[in-house]
Amino acid sequence: MAKVMGLTGNEAVAYAVKQCNVDVVAAYPITPQTIMVEVISQYIYDGEMDAEFICVESEHSAMSACIGASLAGARVFTGTASQGLALMHEMLYIASGLRCPIVMGVANRALSAPLNIHGDHSDMMGSRDCGWIQIYSENSQEAYDWTIQAFKIAEDPRVLLPVSVNIDGFILSHCVENVVVLEDEDVARFLPPRKPLITIDPTKPITVGAICLPDYYFEVKFQQVQALKEAYNVIREVNREYEKLSGRRYDFVEAYAMDDAEAAVLCLGSTAGTAKVVARELRKEGKKVGVVKPWVYRPFPEESIIKALGDVKAVAVLDRACSFGAPFHALCSDIIATLYRHGKDIKVFNCVYGLGGRDITPMEIRSIFEETLETARSGRVREYIKFIGVRE
Amino acid sequence: MFLVEIRWHGRGGQGIVTISRLLAQAALLDGKYVQSFPEFGPERRGAPVTGYTRISDEPILIHSQIYSPSIVVVVDPTLIGKIDVAAGLSPKGLIVAHSDKSPSELKSILRLNNISVYTVNAMKIALEVLGRPIYNTAMLGALIKASPLVTMDSLTKVVMERFPGTIGEKNVAVIKRAYEEAIGD
Repeated sequence: MAKVMGLTGNEAVAYAVKQCNVDVVAAYPITPQTIMVEVISQYIYDGEMDAEFICVESEHSAMSACIGASLAGARVFTGTASQGLALMHEMLYIASGLRCPIVMGVANRALSAPLNIHGDHSDMMGSRDCGWIQIYSENSQEAYDWTIQAFKIAEDPRVLLPVSVNIDGFILSHCVENVVVLEDEDVARFLPPRKPLITIDPTKPITVGAICLPDYYFEVKFQQVQALKEAYNVIREVNREYEKLSGRRYDFVEAYAMDDAEAAVLCLGSTAGTAKVVARELRKEGKKVGVVKPWVYRPFPEESIIKALGDVKAVAVLDRACSFGAPFHALCSDIIATLYRHGKDIKVFNCVYGLGGRDITPMEIRSIFEETLETARSGRVREYIKFIGVRE
Repeated sequence: MFLVEIRWHGRGGQGIVTISRLLAQAALLDGKYVQSFPEFGPERRGAPVTGYTRISDEPILIHSQIYSPSIVVVVDPTLIGKIDVAAGLSPKGLIVAHSDKSPSELKSILRLNNISVYTVNAMKIALEVLGRPIYNTAMLGALIKASPLVTMDSLTKVVMERFPGTIGEKNVAVIKRAYEEAIGD
């Protein structure tokens, strides 16, 4: 019988990391990620996990140590949030540029100033172009499942890119939920030890990350573009293999109640759960609404999003981060670009919500749905960008 | 669908997160779906803190905070009158309070009519059984008497797992005594 545990998002990621036989963890504690690496260091101290925990003096050093270990052939994990991710920023590009298959848990948190420890997506959205595969979880179960899949995706020789598994700070990182876990042996079979193509080795010295001038730099970047494209196929394969193992089906995008939907809410992470509850209520009232939740944010799953949206006439795209001064906020810009490219005339408006941990309530989501239905009926967008629950 | 939303009131350092989680873990053993989460904020010893638990027969999808709980548990008696412990409580709700007063006395202090109230002198039980003023687990005993959310068996199991040995045994004794001594109106 499947084993069910009560785990917070942080603990679910840590438990998955233990089962993935990670070799090296280098991390610096930061709220709300702290417990994630605390639990891992406890596993290592207790002998439940045979890994090297490197205590570092900053997140910049954490990612630097991860890159070194990954180049040496190790399976590597780190975790961070907010200012920590911001401090890592330059090393994030080096990790992807050097094709290090590092997996990182991010307990998404607002960026300072003003100082705020609560959940929003400003941190990861601030690094969205860093060349990492980026995955958002709705709950602790998804955080657990995606962490295991993340290593397999990252280490595939067709990909060799780092992956971030995102969980909403506090909302998921500190919330105990039912998590069905796999047996250690099953995870070991699914994820055999890493087989690196090239490793750094003191007896056979090589140079990595050397200067690359205008004659080659562009080609290296183009290879990263290709690798992210290749990741599409690999993610799909890994999802199918994981489904066979766990019975839980993952994809690029989850479509909820979308079959005959006229209007939809599209959002990342835990908010999708609340949106599903509201959609279920509205369906009972005869309103044809659904929810689209991208699990994978980078590479951006255009085809899956188009398929999930189906024949809706209007969609509200919810962003939990601000792209200051941009025509639309990050997720919405991607959706509009996707619709343009596929020649879809779906009316779109953008809702910025939940900054600095501001709760989004079922009532607020209900009024967003009502507006999508109104937009679908009239064919006119009343307001392109709305700020939900803010005092003006 | 059966869904119970519980709010816990206490002060930083009183183990609010611990008992919210123990209840959730016990419900999980009973085959339920659960969520247990603290009020999201910096922890400060002595300051009023709030915890939340959801228990359901079906997977819990909602991730917003709890605004209208059906049950409120007041772990720290000094909070009564200081903060509105009944804020948002659903009309036929339940308050389980740590208090040396009777349920009807407490009801008139709180000026509440339609709800049910249970009280238990958790401090007295803790001092007599544990010899220390740690009374959070007593509130679990009082709670499951007022509302059989989880079985005593499951609660005992998770308490023994969380506090192996004598400490666990004593806490189970506290829970059982609070279960006996809690009175409702």
